[in-house]
Amino acid sequence: MSTDETAEQTEQQVPDEQGPERQRPSRRALIGWGGAGLALGAAAAGGAVAAVRQGGDDAEPVAEAGAAVAFHGGHQAGIATPVQDRLHFAAFDVTTDDRDELIALLKEWTKAAARMTAGHAVGEGAYGGLAEAPPDDTGEALGLKPSRLTLTVGFGPTLFQDTKGRDRFGLKKRRPEALIDLPAFPGDNLDAARSGGDLCVQACADDPQVAVHAIRNLARIGMGKVAIRWSQLGFGKTSSTTPEAQTPRNMMGFKDGTRNISGTDAAALDKHVWVSAKDGPDWMVDGSYLVARRIRMHIETWDRTSLQEQEDIFGRNKGEGAPVGRQRERDEPHLKAMLPTAHVRLAHPDSNGGATILRRGYSFTDGTDGLGRLDAGLFFLAYQRDVRDGFVPVQQSLARNDALNEYIQHVGSAVFAVPPGVRDEDDWWGRALLS
Amino acid sequence: MRPRRSSVATAVAAAATLAAVAGCAEKSDAKDSDAIKVTASDHACEVSKKTFPAGHVTLAVENKGSKVTEVYVYAPGDRIVTERENILSGTKATITAEVKAGSYEIACKPGMKGDGIRQKVTASGKGAPAAKRDPRLDKAVAEYRRYVQEQADATMPVVKTFTDAIAKGDLEAAKKAYAPSRVGWERTEPVAESFGDIDPKVDVREDGVEKGTKWTGWHRLEKSLWVEKKITAEDKKLAEQLLTDLEDWQKRVGKAELTPTGMANGAKELLDEVQTGKVTGEEERYSHTDLVDVQANVEGAETSYTLLKAVAAERDPELAKELDKQFAAVRKHLGTYREGDGFVSYDKVGEKDRKKLSDTVNALAEPLSKLAAAVAPRAAK
Repeated sequence: MSTDETAEQTEQQVPDEQGPERQRPSRRALIGWGGAGLALGAAAAGGAVAAVRQGGDDAEPVAEAGAAVAFHGGHQAGIATPVQDRLHFAAFDVTTDDRDELIALLKEWTKAAARMTAGHAVGEGAYGGLAEAPPDDTGEALGLKPSRLTLTVGFGPTLFQDTKGRDRFGLKKRRPEALIDLPAFPGDNLDAARSGGDLCVQACADDPQVAVHAIRNLARIGMGKVAIRWSQLGFGKTSSTTPEAQTPRNMMGFKDGTRNISGTDAAALDKHVWVSAKDGPDWMVDGSYLVARRIRMHIETWDRTSLQEQEDIFGRNKGEGAPVGRQRERDEPHLKAMLPTAHVRLAHPDSNGGATILRRGYSFTDGTDGLGRLDAGLFFLAYQRDVRDGFVPVQQSLARNDALNEYIQHVGSAVFAVPPGVRDEDDWWGRALLS
Repeated sequence: MRPRRSSVATAVAAAATLAAVAGCAEKSDAKDSDAIKVTASDHACEVSKKTFPAGHVTLAVENKGSKVTEVYVYAPGDRIVTERENILSGTKATITAEVKAGSYEIACKPGMKGDGIRQKVTASGKGAPAAKRDPRLDKAVAEYRRYVQEQADATMPVVKTFTDAIAKGDLEAAKKAYAPSRVGWERTEPVAESFGDIDPKVDVREDGVEKGTKWTGWHRLEKSLWVEKKITAEDKKLAEQLLTDLEDWQKRVGKAELTPTGMANGAKELLDEVQTGKVTGEEERYSHTDLVDVQANVEGAETSYTLLKAVAAERDPELAKELDKQFAAVRKHLGTYREGDGFVSYDKVGEKDRKKLSDTVNALAEPLSKLAAAVAPRAAK
């Protein structure tokens, strides 16, 4: 089914017990939660016609903010999909040692994800069931649009072999070579409680409540088989996969993701993001590898840094986002004009043997720490065809020399193999791996 | 086991009885002919009618036996609707009650002992009787009622050990007796909480004390023993008060309104207790005896489940299988924390292990939240 048809279908009054509830535009989405409302307004005012690519090569416009993104397809949605405004990312530990239970969970999760991304409640819904039983769905997304919710699943190294070296699910032999344990990078200050995970689910949506609802319900369905290890909320996408739209800014006030891979650039996606048949293993073909890093920013010291220094550190100017010595944001960067320690110069493919990754990160602000400093930064998410040719060389060069290191610290880290998409109603997340 | 009644309580009850009789005599708007005559003897309990309209009901009791007797009206599951004790040989008593349509039992207890000689009766009329209940569920409720009472009865001597140690000013003995004195309470806590007035007196934590009310109960004493490390005259008064409040609990707990769904939800609530207050170490923040409480909460929840299991397994075999498995997992996990005749101090349990305990409890609590629906009354098909 094409995205267009899907979008249309979700706009109809689906004769689903609680489907129609979710189709009506909600006042709350427009007037409440100022931030979200404004973000949606801004997107609409910008008139950006985003494009969604689902397995096929032909891109189609998304009808409007609030539409549904097709769940089924050759690749998982939530990678090349135009980046939504909000994120709830969760890493899980698998608590059962029973392979069949893990399979049953992934099937159940797939079913729930297909419903939620279409804007429906899970199971029998949030009300109207047995009065003595807790409702299947937690209910906070009733009346909200699908909000372009995507749910993307990944498998961490410890699913294949846990930290004690146990092969709990008979998957050790199937672990892709590209799914490495990330090396320690200089300056890392990783909190074990915010790192790793056997499984992950990335929920992206334009409405934060829709993203949180999705993770909450998957976590609930999973109780007894998986347990949330850590999770992260994010806002204000810091990288777009839609170059024609306004480039978003990170918490340091700089445009981020100017040169990111476009979600419609099939050639670049094939070259840098999707696992190909010759890469192997078979079960990963059309999948990708995800690196997640929680990068804390020293916001207060950054804010008292002179404009000149800020621009030197990044290698772009703050207003337009133009590379050093250039006029416009999208002008080709002239790397040699930048300081050898400039962030853009060090991260650029030309400085890393062509290493190119698809960034999909979000800003975060988790209140303040005990010293009154904003606990804020970038929740960095990057998709690539092979971690060894993507994130690792780029981060090695950044960790060693980036002038930005004075203002940031990597405090959380995880890596996941992201399997291919769920093809149809009979398919399920990870089927090729676990069958 | 019948609750041990202190003479004080009996005197109070007797006084209340007299008042009630007097009250009835004054405003008997029920005609004599409407009353159900109950003729009690040493070996029989005859009732003049087995069916009567729901609403205001009057029992005209006459004790023709040689022994003192008492008369109870029970709703299904042995919930006490009303009762009258100390009906002396050769005397009459009038008992009134408001009853909804449904089935009840009238019991005479010659010698004021045992379950009594019972007669099944039906209140008919407005408000169709609730969906037909499985007699196995009524049996489960009756057995759970017995369990709750037994727990209360067995708790009192242990509480006495604790309060005696405080009365003697023996700090070490009091600390030792503290956690065991809470076990019976923790196993049956939702029942006690249903009264609303006892829990705030005996089991409130410092942060739960309302402004203007005095902090009393176990946790106040816990703070004295572990933080202030001394027993003051005030503590001795608090200990006496705790004993009195718990005697009140012991007297009332067997009469609580109990239903199969209430039992199932109570089991879930016990795990809620664990999840919200105990895995965090908030409940026993001074003594760190949280794991003793957790074990008791889980035992209480499992008792409810075991009594309901026959019906639950029939209606939802998958659920019963899952609950069996998860109860076993929680029991096994708690077992790893045993130390001597108790548990390791909870301040020795690190963040990572606390999360593991929390995950293990969640794995049980989630399916347990579906137990009530599996034992809910079903409309006859």
